[in-house]
Amino acid sequence: MEAAQEKTEQKQPAEKSKREAVIDIKHLKKSFGSKDVLTDITLTVSRGENVVILGRSGTGKSVTIQCIVGLLKPDGGTLTVLGEEVAELDDKELKELRMKIGFLFQSGALYDSMTVRENLEFPLTRVLKMDNQAEIDKRVEEVLESVGLADAVDKLPSDLSGGMRKRAGLARTLIIRPEIMLYDEPTTGLDPITSREISELILNMQKKYKTTSIIITHDMECARITSDRVLIMHEGKYIAEGTFDELHKSKDKTVKSYFIDIS
Amino acid sequence: MAEEITIPGWKKWLEDVGEQVSFFTRFFRNIFTGGFEWSEFVRQCYEIGYRSFMLVGITSFIMGVVLILQLRPTLVAFGAASMLPKTLSVSFVREIGPVIIAIICAGKIASSIGAELGSMKVTEQLDAMEVSGANSVQYLVVTRILATTIMVPILSVLGDVIGLFGGFLASNLRDHISLSLYATKVVAALDFTDFLPAFIKTIFFGFAIGFVGCYKGFHSSKGTESVGIAANSAVVTASLWIFVIDAIAVQITSLLFYK
Repeated sequence: MEAAQEKTEQKQPAEKSKREAVIDIKHLKKSFGSKDVLTDITLTVSRGENVVILGRSGTGKSVTIQCIVGLLKPDGGTLTVLGEEVAELDDKELKELRMKIGFLFQSGALYDSMTVRENLEFPLTRVLKMDNQAEIDKRVEEVLESVGLADAVDKLPSDLSGGMRKRAGLARTLIIRPEIMLYDEPTTGLDPITSREISELILNMQKKYKTTSIIITHDMECARITSDRVLIMHEGKYIAEGTFDELHKSKDKTVKSYFIDIS
Repeated sequence: MAEEITIPGWKKWLEDVGEQVSFFTRFFRNIFTGGFEWSEFVRQCYEIGYRSFMLVGITSFIMGVVLILQLRPTLVAFGAASMLPKTLSVSFVREIGPVIIAIICAGKIASSIGAELGSMKVTEQLDAMEVSGANSVQYLVVTRILATTIMVPILSVLGDVIGLFGGFLASNLRDHISLSLYATKVVAALDFTDFLPAFIKTIFFGFAIGFVGCYKGFHSSKGTESVGIAANSAVVTASLWIFVIDAIAVQITSLLFYK
């Protein structure tokens, strides 16, 4: 709660317009067979901004962030990330771009044959090509302490609870110090207390590591805590945009339906 | 509402062939790019070789025993009981040993690789590796395919030895033959043209087992049932490839050595 209040105080719309756009999407389209998932997506995310995308299942929220990271190829439109047009990058350039983007999957996606330590060491040794073990250990300890998992360093993912797995997944993405963080439903499947802890952790990590974030969620409490700006997605396009409080007060029927349980 | 597009079967088959060629190219390219995953490769050799040894050993032993028991009445009827070690060694080393052992490895190893990678796909671990900028093909595919390519021939040679020893024990159920005489007869019956072509084809069997397991796992769809489908499909396809490779290998060997 405290973190959320602090965040609200930090919002300075005048400054926002001056900030550099790190993600710039224009008229993005994506279909699977005959199903049009994204019909016309236009979105600009400024450096240091936390954007939350809300929407019903199957509206294309996850597809949007999978296009940003190059896991899916868009059918139309332009998608620029950190000044690079994603569709035009070759394998090597895409790999270099991905090193600047962290992606937290819904399940955490920890490598289940490795311990938490090995999971965290993996991107350091394979992506950043670090070979100084003392430096690797220092980074692992630092990031695990940040997410409150210092005691679980030698545990296997199967020994962790849902919340711990999300924390470990977050630690693994943050360890390469990305400029952009993409969160795919970070609180799904967690109890309300753990969901709140994860939401506050996302906010704290954003402050600590100065990342720009896109958070896909159904969880209104997560959206309230983490968002600088909220977008509501419906049938492959955005139908509303604003701060959490602005959208909360909206008279639009579809927008209101998302806030029905919020007092 | 747009109509569902139905892709004809032959087009799907062609797409699948194209994907396999692309997967093979990625595998081949990644062998020679820097940063070979030695520790993962050694771990896979242990998992694939050591963990399959007991199954291969027991099966080969039983095959040796059964072949002797089946061959004996026929050879005795022709007064050729002394040919038993020679008949067993040639048939076992040339054909039965490599093929049976490869089929067992397809059942154990290809299914295990298919299920493991399929499960990694379902739980988004492959995507996580990909988006982190790590080379998933180098870490997961190159190590597994090279490990099967090396370990299946080794298992096959060990299986041959165990199968022939099973034959020795079975020979002593009815007759008496010393181990040294049996071994002398077995070795005398074999020459370079029996052993080498059989050994070379097991390298291809091993490659097929690893490649099919990795391909099926990597290209499984994202539902839970796809893990089972990937494992099952890996066994069926790898077994089929083993017979195809065997038929080609026998033809080439016949042309080269048995004119």
